[in-house]
Amino acid sequence: MPRDAVSHVVTQGPAQKVLELRGLHKSFGPLSVLRSIDLIVREGEMVFLIGPSGSGKSTLLRCCNRLEEPTSGAVLVEGQDILGPKVDINQVRQRIGMVFQSFNLYPHMTARQNVTLALRKVARKSKAEADVIARRMLDHVGLSDRIDYFPRALSGGQQQRVAIARTLALEPRIVLFDEPTSALDPELVNGVLGVMRMLRNEGMTMVVVSHEMRFAREAADRIVFMADGEIVEQGTPNDIFGAPRHPRLREFLSSVGTA
Amino acid sequence: MQTFSSNFLNWDVIQTYLPDLLAGMWVTIKLSAIILFSGLLVGTCLALVRMARLRLLNAVIIVFVDVVRALPPLMLMVVAYFGLPYLGIRLGGFAVACIVLASVLSAFTEELLWAGLSTVSVGQYEAARSTGLTFLQMMGSVVLPQAFGLIQAPLASRIIATTKNTALASVVAVPELLSQANTAQGYSGNASPLTAASLGYIIILLPMVLAARRLERPREAA
Repeated sequence: MPRDAVSHVVTQGPAQKVLELRGLHKSFGPLSVLRSIDLIVREGEMVFLIGPSGSGKSTLLRCCNRLEEPTSGAVLVEGQDILGPKVDINQVRQRIGMVFQSFNLYPHMTARQNVTLALRKVARKSKAEADVIARRMLDHVGLSDRIDYFPRALSGGQQQRVAIARTLALEPRIVLFDEPTSALDPELVNGVLGVMRMLRNEGMTMVVVSHEMRFAREAADRIVFMADGEIVEQGTPNDIFGAPRHPRLREFLSSVGTA
Repeated sequence: MQTFSSNFLNWDVIQTYLPDLLAGMWVTIKLSAIILFSGLLVGTCLALVRMARLRLLNAVIIVFVDVVRALPPLMLMVVAYFGLPYLGIRLGGFAVACIVLASVLSAFTEELLWAGLSTVSVGQYEAARSTGLTFLQMMGSVVLPQAFGLIQAPLASRIIATTKNTALASVVAVPELLSQANTAQGYSGNASPLTAASLGYIIILLPMVLAARRLERPREAA
């Protein structure tokens, strides 16, 4: 049953803007991959970015924590323009978690060490504090029995859950997911989606680039369809899947077999 | 046989020069420690600077690394020791040996590490940056440990070769182990101090060789 987009938005007025993109442009040389993107993500929302490959979804996501430098425009995190000259981006990045397609766990560290590294170095927690948090986070993603395993001894799905725990440990205000299940064997996808569903129910704000259309339909508050570096259409899963308006969107949906 | 043992294994001769040989061994150990520490440190710094990809600076680093790797260290040492005074730079033999051999090691370290760094995936850098680690934290905790892990076997060989090369310092009047043994051989007219010196090198180097062998063992399958 697709959920209503406003079901968990606080009834007295709209929820706080956690992330806002204003007139975002990104070009690589002569190639312009993002064009005047405006997007607002509110507290507790789960927004999916969908679209054909090369449409700029991942680049958009990576501009939100400045893994890519936007060419122009503004990125606001809780109202703060993070492109400003005086911004300590490493401070900001604690509040914006990111989960990658290829997990990117540190292979020379155990699951626990993967989680504690930024807690120790960036959040400046003591070793004991960081260990407690790591234990709690790994437990939360269902890996309490894998705490001292190295990534190579874990399945892809388990590795991705460790990566999610690593991100959550810093208590981010928003988590960006860049195709989190694309590198997984089909039977491992559900474990990761289950964790994302749990985060959604806990009210975590999330922006997800994904090709899991069924999951998007079921879990998203809002779906944003991109093509050629622009936001072409956005709306609730019912709008997007039930009554797509733009021909590009209809074409895309039929090509992925969900029309 | 009798001649061989009296010329190469003469305990009386060795005993006479043992204090000199031990002093030489101590100089070799000091020399090695300084060269290994500074060579590895400078090499690592060069690789990190090279990551900034500043064109001019990188050209300078690459020229330095290639020239130093191409020249025989003995030649570098002789040129530095006998040539630099003409430029008004007067350095003792110990300092010249340290600078030359550390430079050579730093060049090899930079080149190996650069290769190691480029095999660490971009995703590792991105994961580290996305959690707010600074450049140095990222390099220190995430990237360098992986890069050093990849190059540890060739680097270990380099460390062993560098340690042996401290014997070259004998030509610039550093009283290290080989130099002491040579002197003793000259005074005594007997080669036994050289035998004793080779035993000294084995004592210093065998643990390093054995440690390197451990590193060169294929790692357990992933």
